[in-house]
Amino acid sequence: MDIYSSLVNIVGEGFASNHKEELYIYSRDSGAQQPRRADYVALPQTVEEIQQIVKLANEEKIPITPMGGGLTLNGLTVPTKGGIVLDMKRMDRIIEVNEKSRYAIVEAGVCQGALQSYLEKNYPHLQHSQPDAPPTATIVGNVLIQGHGHLSVTYGINSQMVNGMEIVLPTGEVCKLGSCSISPYWHARDPLPDLIGLFLGWFGTTGIVTKLSLQLFPKPKFRDLLTFSSDDIDLIPDFILDTTQLNLMENLFIISQQWPVWTQHVLYVPIISAQDQQELEFKIELHKKLLRKYEGKITLVEGRNAERMRESRLPIPPVSLTLFADVKQGGGFQYTGGILPIEKIPEVWPKALELYHKYGQPYIYADQLLTSGHNIMFGLAYCLNRADEQDTEKVREALDESNRLILDMGGILWKAELSAQKLMMERMDPNTVKLMRRVKKALDPNGIMNPGNWDA
Amino acid sequence: MALEDYKNIIHRCFRCGYCKFTSDYSYLGFNCPVYNKYRLESYSPGGMIWLIYASLVKGELEPSEHLSQILYSCTMCRNCVEECKFKFNEDIVNILKAAREEMVDKYLVPSMVNRFLTNVYDYGNPYRELKQNRGNWAEDTKIKQYEKGDEFLYYVGCVGSYDTTSQKAARALGNVLLQSGLPFGILGERELCDGNEVDMLGERGLFELLKEKNTQMFKELGVKKVVTLSPHSYNALKNSYSNEFEVFHYTQLLRDLIKSSKLDVSKGFEVKVTYHDPCFLGRYNNEYDAPREILTAIPGIELIEMERNRGNSFCCGGGGGNFYTDVLSSGKDSPSRIRVREVYDTGANILAVACPICMMMFEDAVKTEGLEDKLIIKDISQIVEESLL
Repeated sequence: MDIYSSLVNIVGEGFASNHKEELYIYSRDSGAQQPRRADYVALPQTVEEIQQIVKLANEEKIPITPMGGGLTLNGLTVPTKGGIVLDMKRMDRIIEVNEKSRYAIVEAGVCQGALQSYLEKNYPHLQHSQPDAPPTATIVGNVLIQGHGHLSVTYGINSQMVNGMEIVLPTGEVCKLGSCSISPYWHARDPLPDLIGLFLGWFGTTGIVTKLSLQLFPKPKFRDLLTFSSDDIDLIPDFILDTTQLNLMENLFIISQQWPVWTQHVLYVPIISAQDQQELEFKIELHKKLLRKYEGKITLVEGRNAERMRESRLPIPPVSLTLFADVKQGGGFQYTGGILPIEKIPEVWPKALELYHKYGQPYIYADQLLTSGHNIMFGLAYCLNRADEQDTEKVREALDESNRLILDMGGILWKAELSAQKLMMERMDPNTVKLMRRVKKALDPNGIMNPGNWDA
Repeated sequence: MALEDYKNIIHRCFRCGYCKFTSDYSYLGFNCPVYNKYRLESYSPGGMIWLIYASLVKGELEPSEHLSQILYSCTMCRNCVEECKFKFNEDIVNILKAAREEMVDKYLVPSMVNRFLTNVYDYGNPYRELKQNRGNWAEDTKIKQYEKGDEFLYYVGCVGSYDTTSQKAARALGNVLLQSGLPFGILGERELCDGNEVDMLGERGLFELLKEKNTQMFKELGVKKVVTLSPHSYNALKNSYSNEFEVFHYTQLLRDLIKSSKLDVSKGFEVKVTYHDPCFLGRYNNEYDAPREILTAIPGIELIEMERNRGNSFCCGGGGGNFYTDVLSSGKDSPSRIRVREVYDTGANILAVACPICMMMFEDAVKTEGLEDKLIIKDISQIVEESLL
């Protein structure tokens, strides 16, 4: 039986395709990376179906690329060596919410919007940490690329909020990790050997996550934000230190944009949340007090512009970031996600500006603090016109230069595309590279899982 | 407008996926009925736009039967227009319509679409029914033919005229209008397809022909006001025809007649009802209140809202000609079956509809789901008829 017929046998008629139309869509994403061929698409609904597909792929020595929302923008769910794209979104059950121990067990295809809506309806006092991505982004996909969310300043990046996982290994066995490997409860990741780390940040090269337990957090009744403005980039690390020392923020953005004009400053936007109005006012007041130390150098933005910032940044997720894709009216964008030491911001800031000017892009800094002041996601974002291949090529060049800049500054790259992975591996401790290779080989002897990623 | 007219817009879809949801990302499922059924990205609004761009604009893909199957599976429900966050949202459905026009020009339409269009051209209706039978539904009623001077033309449409389930609604509305004393009449065998679905299927030439013939006939008959049974007819006559006559959906007219006491619904109706917003009344024409105002004016009715309502309503799956062409096809994930399961979960005994297409889609779905004994589908015209003193 040919591979396509085998896939249809496994997942059912209509949920596997080798039509050129489906393959066209699954061979590219909305970022700047070149399209890469997919040979088949399959949409499994059960763990058993995934096991059968893995068995087939091992027999046929054909690659599998798992895909959630397909929104990494960096081509991480676009196959590098053809094969089967495994679209996980039919596995869309929210299996359990444990209210007392505050976690949700979800299947791999559950999207951010579905969990958000489910919690709002059934557990309005609970929330999960949501990325700025559109609501079609999946919970599992975001965790696996080590994404961050609106609660990352308080509780860490989203992959740190994993209590447990169920995985189909590249050799077909189903494996549970975390407390669920021992107990009926999915309430804890530690204290156990942290095997979960074998699947975070590996871009699907080590296995297929089918279920995941994600920590939930108290949902505040009140949220607001402040907008502080400054023109002194040298103050950024100190101001971050002072605001995080208060330890009262939900989230912190550092924003500067070419448009609209009023955002052409360094804007600090701490999100403040609280369970009652008094607590909110108190927290806001303490943040405002910080300005005394920076008198004349950092000021509070009020009035209509403060309101605009609320409209832009308070919604979860903020639609404004998605709309950035249309700045060039071109339907695409990609960014270098630099995870930087905070003290490097003043040095990288003007260099980033030079790159924006060099590549004729309107500048946008929309940086987000990660954890309570241990590092920052410093992005260099480039819009592209999908109708203009030259423009897209130019963006690829800009991204390459931006990636090198971040690495030169001592940073690392978030959800790195193939060329960026290569750049990091060239600089990586050779023994680390060897270890990664050994781990991959041990887990995936036939090299079927999203090959090409994290390849030395 | 032709696809060429959208060449500066069509590549701008980012495929962010907002278009798949309700405004509150309802966890009940994706609100794009096509994506919700197929789950392949190619069947999402963004996927379709990308494929149209690749095949019909950029020439990267040869247009094919499979592309045609994808494009014609869309019910044109406008959920994507409602939920897309970009400024070009209004054009999503227009782009799809323009792409279908190209597929028609290339003779690349699914066979059932071809049959639908040919039947409308040959017979004036998609069912290949004889023209002289178009008014048979009104036999044994006192509903008369439209005459010059009648205040209202009651335009029934193809589905209400020929589909046996929907004929019940056509008759009920006729009887209610008779009771109101409003001077009105029907066209009977003179009635011709309004062309709404023809337009949605991309047969521009045929649509223009139907429009011309209907407009000419309305002029000759001196029609000044039209009340339609179907939101699809309402959409075509109101938004695509000349504005020489006023057009009402029947729920708007009945709402006003009840308010002005020309219809007395005080007999009441002790029942739990939920209401399904039809796409061509709600999202296309922003009429969400009239049907609800009627239902809440009837004593005894407890109106329970479904979670997905008004602008978030989940399409029945029959739009864009799918009630006949069935390109979207059946199965447990077909929109009408999902929707009747949602209805059942509300605890309502009656699903009120205001569209003959929704009515036939849900009648079938209730049977397939084995809910005939638990759930009754009624058009609002039938509910009003039964509530009249």
